[in-house]
Amino acid sequence: MRVARLASAVLPPLVWGVAFVAAWEALVRGFDLKPYFLPAPSAIWSAFTDNVGLVRAAAFVSGGNALVGLLLGVALGVAASFALMRSNLLNELVSPLAIALNAIPIIVLVAVFQNMFTSTSEVPRRLMVMLIVFFIVLVNVAKGLRQVSPIHLELMRSYAATPRSVLVKTRIPNAVPYLFTAVKIAAPTAVITAFVSEYFGGRQNGLGYFIPSNFANSKNAVAWAYVIGACLLGLTFYLVSVLLENITSNRRGKAPGGATT
Amino acid sequence: MTAVVLNSVSMTFNPGTAREVNALDGIDLSIAEGEFVSLIGPSGCGKSTLLRLVANLVEPTAGTIIVNGTSAGQARRDHTYGMAFQQAGLFDWRNVRRNVELPLELAGWDRGRRRERAEEMLALVKLDDFADHMPWQLSGGMQQRVAIARALATHPPLLLMDEPFGALDEMTREHMQAELLRIREATGSTIVFVTHSIPEAVYLSDRVVVMSPRPGRITRIVDIALTGGRDDDTREDQAFFAGITEVRESLRAVEGYHSHGGVDDR
Repeated sequence: MRVARLASAVLPPLVWGVAFVAAWEALVRGFDLKPYFLPAPSAIWSAFTDNVGLVRAAAFVSGGNALVGLLLGVALGVAASFALMRSNLLNELVSPLAIALNAIPIIVLVAVFQNMFTSTSEVPRRLMVMLIVFFIVLVNVAKGLRQVSPIHLELMRSYAATPRSVLVKTRIPNAVPYLFTAVKIAAPTAVITAFVSEYFGGRQNGLGYFIPSNFANSKNAVAWAYVIGACLLGLTFYLVSVLLENITSNRRGKAPGGATT
Repeated sequence: MTAVVLNSVSMTFNPGTAREVNALDGIDLSIAEGEFVSLIGPSGCGKSTLLRLVANLVEPTAGTIIVNGTSAGQARRDHTYGMAFQQAGLFDWRNVRRNVELPLELAGWDRGRRRERAEEMLALVKLDDFADHMPWQLSGGMQQRVAIARALATHPPLLLMDEPFGALDEMTREHMQAELLRIREATGSTIVFVTHSIPEAVYLSDRVVVMSPRPGRITRIVDIALTGGRDDDTREDQAFFAGITEVRESLRAVEGYHSHGGVDDR
């Protein structure tokens, strides 16, 4: 039964993926497309296996930047959400700002950060990741802390609970699934932000540097090999965060409603 | 000692503003210890507000409220009442036992006593086999029983219930009514019960308080003269039908009953 369910979940995308790659290969061979236009999957795969050490090293650099920024952003976002919960004024000031930031390509700030630090520093990239993660976590966790069931609040009042008890026994546990939902949204975003930040200059060591630079040198198959590395890194971040979210939501039987970026 | 005394209680929300609502006006009501009293009336008659005033979840604009011999605020701080709502309102991150333990935690009980009492309360509502389940694994009726166990955990002399069976299907509802009477028998609690259902009020209560809206007032108090214990046969008893007729006629006399239609005959 479980095997059947797993198969029905995994098989369709797997079949689709294999068919897609096969069609790609056939297209390149059939129309004799030049490698500088579109390399065949077989060529990309051999470039990947030839350069797997280099790809891994670059993925570790980008992954490190994404992870450090993610952890810092989560820590700061959680801390700030408590301040937001306590102050209505702060909430009214920051919440529209956080939402407005979604509409603004704040990634360009990485150029500003690059200017602040030496060209060999990883700090600008991590700052950029941190900033983007910060707002995602802030908005969601503050929501979890504030949007407590009115019945829970009435019950706590009927128990003559102190504000501290309300926080510890009602608001914080209520916000936990919101935090994991925020992490699920923020984790892939952190990886993308790390790539794009690397593309903006600074040290030439991450996936975000090697992908465009190999394209620029017409080493398209190698560039694609780095793209495979980027996909794997993004997937890893996403899967770990989904796993974390599942642990909490399984226990509660549902995911929290209304999470936003 | 009387369990609850309300003396010329009035409640106005948002006084002095455009959204001013005169929810209750000049309420006098006295509820004896061990009595089961239902509050019934169309939507907006202030019956839920009245219950929240007794619970000291809101403060009245005028009048005095005595609960278990002290002010309503003191009764709340002393944990001398328990409360249950239409939604069970269980904490979905706590298992069933720890939900029942919550009021005990806040009353400062130690772990061992808490656990013992929670087991006792879950046995009372016949859910002892479900102590380690999470709330979402239970049906609506079972969740409501957990909520009742939680409300009674500190053995409060007074139980306040705001349409606790309103979200349940008819079969579960009748079962829960019988269960509530059994629990009341076992604990001797005074119960104040808000409901929309005339048969429910008549079946459960010693007295049914009929209220009218805008502003909320008590129009009539109907004594229910059901003799002996109440069981499934009670629902076919002449006295039961007489009670239903009397409450219904009192409600019909209430201005706005037809236009608001907040009371059903279930």
